[in-house]
Amino acid sequence: MTKRLNTLRPGERGIVEAIHGDSAVTQRLAEMGMVPGATCEVVRYAPLGDPIDILLDGYHLSLRKRDAAHVSLA
Amino acid sequence: MSLQKTIALIGNPNTGKTTLFNALTGLRQRVGNYPGVTVERKSGTIPLQGSAIELIDLPGTYSLAAQSPDEMIAVDLLLGQQSGSAPIDGVIVILDATNLQRNCYLLSQILECGLPILVVLNMIDAARKSGIRIDVRRLSARLGVPVVETCARTGEGIRDVLQVLCQLPPPLPTPPVTPLTLPAALATAQAAVAETAELSAVEALRVLVDTEGYAAQRYLQRCPECADRLAEWRRTAANGTSLAAIEASSRYTWIRQLLRDVVATPAVRTKSWSDRLDAVLTHKIWGTLTFSMVTILVFQSIYAWAGPLMDCIDWLFGTLGTTIGAYLPRGALRSLIVDGIIGGVGSVLVFLPQILFLFLFIAIMEDCGYMARAAFLMDRLLSRLGLSGKSFIPLLSSFACAIPGIMATRTIEDRRDRLVTIMVAPLMSCSARLPVYTILIAAFIPAHAYLGGWLGLQGIVLFAAYSIGLFVAIPVIWLLKRTLFRAATPAFVMELPPYKWPSLSLVGHRVYERGMAFVRRAGTIIFAMTIVVWALSYFPRPAGIAQKYAGQRVATAVLHHPAEAAAELARIDREEAGAYLRASAMGHLGQWIEPVVKPLGWDWRIGMATLASFPAREVIIAVLGTIYNLGDAVDETSAGLQSALRTAHWPDGRLVFSIPVALSIMVFFALCCQCGATVATIRRETNSWQYAWLTFGYMTILAYGAAFLTYRATEWFLG
Ligand SMILES: Nc1nc2c(ncn2[C@@H]2O[C@H](COP(=O)(O)OP(=O)(O)OP(=O)(O)O)[C@@H](O)[C@H]2O)c(=O)[nH]1
Ligand SMILES: [Mg+2]
Repeated sequence: MTKRLNTLRPGERGIVEAIHGDSAVTQRLAEMGMVPGATCEVVRYAPLGDPIDILLDGYHLSLRKRDAAHVSLA
Repeated sequence: MSLQKTIALIGNPNTGKTTLFNALTGLRQRVGNYPGVTVERKSGTIPLQGSAIELIDLPGTYSLAAQSPDEMIAVDLLLGQQSGSAPIDGVIVILDATNLQRNCYLLSQILECGLPILVVLNMIDAARKSGIRIDVRRLSARLGVPVVETCARTGEGIRDVLQVLCQLPPPLPTPPVTPLTLPAALATAQAAVAETAELSAVEALRVLVDTEGYAAQRYLQRCPECADRLAEWRRTAANGTSLAAIEASSRYTWIRQLLRDVVATPAVRTKSWSDRLDAVLTHKIWGTLTFSMVTILVFQSIYAWAGPLMDCIDWLFGTLGTTIGAYLPRGALRSLIVDGIIGGVGSVLVFLPQILFLFLFIAIMEDCGYMARAAFLMDRLLSRLGLSGKSFIPLLSSFACAIPGIMATRTIEDRRDRLVTIMVAPLMSCSARLPVYTILIAAFIPAHAYLGGWLGLQGIVLFAAYSIGLFVAIPVIWLLKRTLFRAATPAFVMELPPYKWPSLSLVGHRVYERGMAFVRRAGTIIFAMTIVVWALSYFPRPAGIAQKYAGQRVATAVLHHPAEAAAELARIDREEAGAYLRASAMGHLGQWIEPVVKPLGWDWRIGMATLASFPAREVIIAVLGTIYNLGDAVDETSAGLQSALRTAHWPDGRLVFSIPVALSIMVFFALCCQCGATVATIRRETNSWQYAWLTFGYMTILAYGAAFLTYRATEWFLG
């Protein structure tokens, strides 16, 4: 099984392979650049453990771990 | 000069649309460094030689697949679905030059609308600074539309924008050199939907792709029997994957081609100062510590720095009262001006410096980029309650004023989550509560200082008063989300923009604007309420009272030694004033209200003042100023409200105000929805009176209950 975005630790990065599921959140993530080929780096987790601050192709985006689990990395 | 063209400003959130709008029209709409500042359409005019353009500023959106009400406004205008407004003649699409790739997503969708387009690359200064180079000529050639670089903040490039706009009508986009093609199956389905429903290709794509989107809902409303067909089209087009993912990857593939050899980004991304700052501000320990330090300092500074300015204003009104009082004959007119207007409205205006300080802090926070971080930090807590971090931004804004806070909920996708946020927004302590807290704290909380004067008890109590609303909101949200507004916990996807130095002129203007709004309120609604209250407290004036006390005065002069007589006469004056007040309409009404407010430790005057404050809570200051002026002090100076409160007493001689009473009033005002404008805004934003009254009702009950508990608890605690 490939790695999911929510399993990365701060400082680790990966290339998006696919985004799974079909909901408003996954649509918004895809529109914001979470598409196959994009680079994702986990910058940090919020102090309470959720959400995550990621660097997506050069800009900061925050999303919850639950939603990050929809993104698989190559 | 006739309005000829209507041009809309469209772009992703936080790309500088409003900044550009202001630069082009000379208006000063609100700007801030977080996504979702603009939530409604605003228009202005650009004067050009011989004609003019109507420019429309819109909320930002990442895509035409609108998910929240504010995005809806932008998309509807673009697709010409806004009822009652003329179709637009062209659009300015703003792209954030530091993040071109993602910004081009919306552009790729807008290109398909067939409208004349001007592309603006904004934040070019920031892009240059981080080493991003953009070949504008090539980009323009590939897109087939004019492209202009700007820094809207400094005004760089505005002339170029105007020049292109002058050559109206702007050319329709020539087909891009590299046209975007959707996968064949999707394109076929799109054509089928467009044909059967007589929709444009752009709308058809939205109906097809956004499974739960507004476009599909509208489509099915018009044609309920189409549901099966639509599902079938979707199935064949998607072929096992998600249509949204297919659309997004096709567009990003196109964007990568478009930007190849157009944008050069430095190979290694250097850590910016914004990133380093974030490492501290969103840190578990350092972040919390910095935030607490800053807020406590703010509350402290509201006292320490605003104090001298307030004393100045207070002195000014005091002198004004004395001077005018000396010229006017004793009677209704003098009372109206000295006790009513100067004693009432004046005592509210004294708080202007504090309000300006508070707004200064909030304006800096809005413009530096902290708001989005606050949402990031609070998301976990809010998700436990059933909301998301997005709700925290409206709540934070409500600390300035609930009205913009309620408006800001338009960025929240789910209607139920939005309603919950709207209903708790008025619980946040807005600036209008500040005067109430301050006057009571200054009068009754001792000014102990700790840490070498850096921290004072009064500042701490103010901080506590400010936090009550936030803490009470927690169970209220929890309850609302589990009863009236059951819905799954919403997702949280939010861009965190880089920190920026707050702009001096922006912050200055915002503070000035809010200060003026406060003065206007004092001059209108508070002024009006004060006159009503004054009249109710002054009339009627039974002749018997004057006779009775005139007799007493004569007797005093005869019976007492001249040295004692002066004190005795002053006592008689006070008693006479008290008797008049009790005999007045206000006094009679007060007898009805007293049993209701007695459990809170209040006398009838506080009760009436609170009742009069339901249209606008600052009225309480004015009313207390008036009532206590009329009732106690007959000397010419409008003796400071503080000392009037300290010396007010019950008929049996006990002091009215004590620490428990002061705290119970503060808690009541912290939790009660005493603001007509807020109720009206809720009604407008929710389109129903039901939620407005529901909010008003629950807050009033809550305020009463909490004030009662506070009074009892502190009474017991202080013995
Ligand atoms: N460095 C830089 N900052 C800019 C520029 N233009 C705007 N800003 C800043 O960017 C932030 C966002 O500006 P706004 O004009 O509020 O953006 P908007 O697109 O209207 O945002 P929303 O209404 O939330 O969609 C503010 O802090 C501006 O001061 C620019 O050209 N350069
Ligand atoms: Mg804006």
